[in-house]
Amino acid sequence: MTELAEAPAASDAGAADPRWAREALLTMYRIRRFEEAVDDLFARGMMHGTMHLSIGQEASATGVCAALAEGDLIASTHRGHGHCIAKGADLLPMMAELLAKDSGYCRGRGGSMHIADVAKGNLGANGIVGGGIPIAVGSALAQKLRGTGAVVVCFFGDGATNEGAFHEAANLAAIWQLPVVLVCENNKYGMSFSTEKSMHVATVAERAAAYGFPGVRVDGNDVEAVFAAATEAVARARSGGGPTLLETMTYRWKGHSKSDKNLYRTREEIEQWRADDPIADFEAKILDAGSLSVEDLEAVRTQARDEVRDAVRRSMQAPDADPRAFLADPAAAVFAAPLGSHVAGAPAVEPHGLGTALDATEESK
Amino acid sequence: MTATVEHSNGTAAPAAFGYVAGSAPADATAGERVITYSEAVREAMGQAMAADDRVVLLGEDVGVYGGAFGVSGDLHGRFGGERVRDTPISELGIVGAGVGMALSGLLPIVEIQFSDFTCQAMDQIVNQAAKIHFMLGGAAHVPLVLRAPGGSGTGAAGQHSQSLEAWFAHTPGLKVVMPSNAADAKGLLLSAIDDPDPVVVLEHKLLYKTSGPVPVEPVRVPIGKAAVPRRGTDLTMVATGVMVSRCLEAAARLEADGVSASVVDVRTLTPFDAETVLGAIDETGRALLVQEAPRHVGFMSEVAARIAESESLYRLLAPVKRLCGLDTPIPYAPQLERSVVPQVDDVVAAARALAVVG
Repeated sequence: MTELAEAPAASDAGAADPRWAREALLTMYRIRRFEEAVDDLFARGMMHGTMHLSIGQEASATGVCAALAEGDLIASTHRGHGHCIAKGADLLPMMAELLAKDSGYCRGRGGSMHIADVAKGNLGANGIVGGGIPIAVGSALAQKLRGTGAVVVCFFGDGATNEGAFHEAANLAAIWQLPVVLVCENNKYGMSFSTEKSMHVATVAERAAAYGFPGVRVDGNDVEAVFAAATEAVARARSGGGPTLLETMTYRWKGHSKSDKNLYRTREEIEQWRADDPIADFEAKILDAGSLSVEDLEAVRTQARDEVRDAVRRSMQAPDADPRAFLADPAAAVFAAPLGSHVAGAPAVEPHGLGTALDATEESK
Repeated sequence: MTATVEHSNGTAAPAAFGYVAGSAPADATAGERVITYSEAVREAMGQAMAADDRVVLLGEDVGVYGGAFGVSGDLHGRFGGERVRDTPISELGIVGAGVGMALSGLLPIVEIQFSDFTCQAMDQIVNQAAKIHFMLGGAAHVPLVLRAPGGSGTGAAGQHSQSLEAWFAHTPGLKVVMPSNAADAKGLLLSAIDDPDPVVVLEHKLLYKTSGPVPVEPVRVPIGKAAVPRRGTDLTMVATGVMVSRCLEAAARLEADGVSASVVDVRTLTPFDAETVLGAIDETGRALLVQEAPRHVGFMSEVAARIAESESLYRLLAPVKRLCGLDTPIPYAPQLERSVVPQVDDVVAAARALAVVG
């Protein structure tokens, strides 16, 4: 088995650590600039479909993924661009996917709601609210049975905790004491329906008590706080201590999707949350700590801006996903082995599921 | 893979016990012996688990209890509770866990006690398992096996007796098999476990106690190949699941009356073996399509459409005839239950009528 890289200890990390601070800030800027570019391309009619932007929620994805080691896995949501970036995906194939290019992560077959870099340990974004939670729990069971030492993080929103999938998966994670961290990004609304109306408990975190594992609520706009809480939860999972429900309190600045007219919340509320900008807050902490200079911060902003610009520019030039190639053999896109197994002439496909990384782990045992 | 000789748990039923006439040759040949359908399923799982430690079974009461229909039997004792895993009553959670395990290096077999209960897990089957390979542009696949018994005939009424195969076959990304005899129950399941895609294996409750010759070795029955267990000259019956044995019994009775019928066992609904099925229909020019599921938008509607869209249409001597379950839920009372699903007498009558048309 491959040794998993040690995740940094919480005590070493934070605004005062220049390397950590720079990396966390860069990830948050990458997410923000990526989402802004998507918003802009859509507004200009250059992007198709719909998308769910995570502007304002960058600290949650960043803080949680910073607590993971190489080989750990995530499952994501319809609002998943940030998770994907924080888990190390390349911006170019992400943007190419959104722009319907063959070089996109999903070759134009998935789009915004299914972007994932599988090789980086992303089990997939998900268009079904709560759909990824049982999958993450199953992956955690596989990690436990295979003895990989890996931890699985499942992101989902507040709305998902009213789905049966959440409750069934939480129960399975608990009875089998699986190495999974359930991260609820509570942005106050399931589309338009507020948590005050959709739940009769005060917090999502307290729902963990029903399943017998810890539930922790944290300021989801404070990347250091998210990181510290996630580090503790990941350590518990990795050491056999079972699941944790981590509720990160955050807010999406943009509407739920492109159809949102913001009829269910006030301008004042949005402004109040925008004042609690996770990126600006972290920059202030960095400058307070003196770990990075104003020029350093500017360099981070420039780098993120340039990476996103480059991804847009190169994606625009890439070949479109080609319907002729697709239609030549649609079954080849639908199935790994379209002809069925053991039929003469069918190419052999190893039934190994996700992940060259995982299989490499298996083989090196 | 090294073949493992499986012992049938010392419970092999006498060859005659529960044997459905004509479902398969009654006599075992070299390398075979007669065991029940449920023993054959268990043997497939046992051999696959012995050969590959990635294979795991999970489901409600599959452990010490041995499965609601006794299918998993002694597997828990042989392989332990980690690999033969009892779960809570939590179909959505179990199937979702199976998807996650399949994505993470294991080869899970999920048993759902009654195929009706897949309704509780439909998101994971239809929106997740079936689509992940496609939506991720081929970057991952889901080698999940979902086993579930369907069908009526046990007095279990409307929520424990359905034949839902058309739902699964209608979903791109799922392979769907319906083994009609013990040998196929073993061979198709072994192929399903090998398969890199999600495979829904619809077993039949009435078939579990039927017996037939089954290879001792782990012999695969290919997914994607129909079988023609009987060849005749006057008409071709195309059937799935328990209807295959009913058609074979009907064909044997018709033979005495001078009507010679072919019987095609579809075996694999997806991928569908059009070549074998349509070829067998071409040979007689008369098609009797028999399913237990309701007629409206059922799988045999698809077979009828395939005939109509192909050259086979020109070879027909009579209009295609479907013989299906009624478009009702399955009732409880035994006489009502039998009345809504094709019985051997119904097949005989429909075949006689079809054989003289045209």
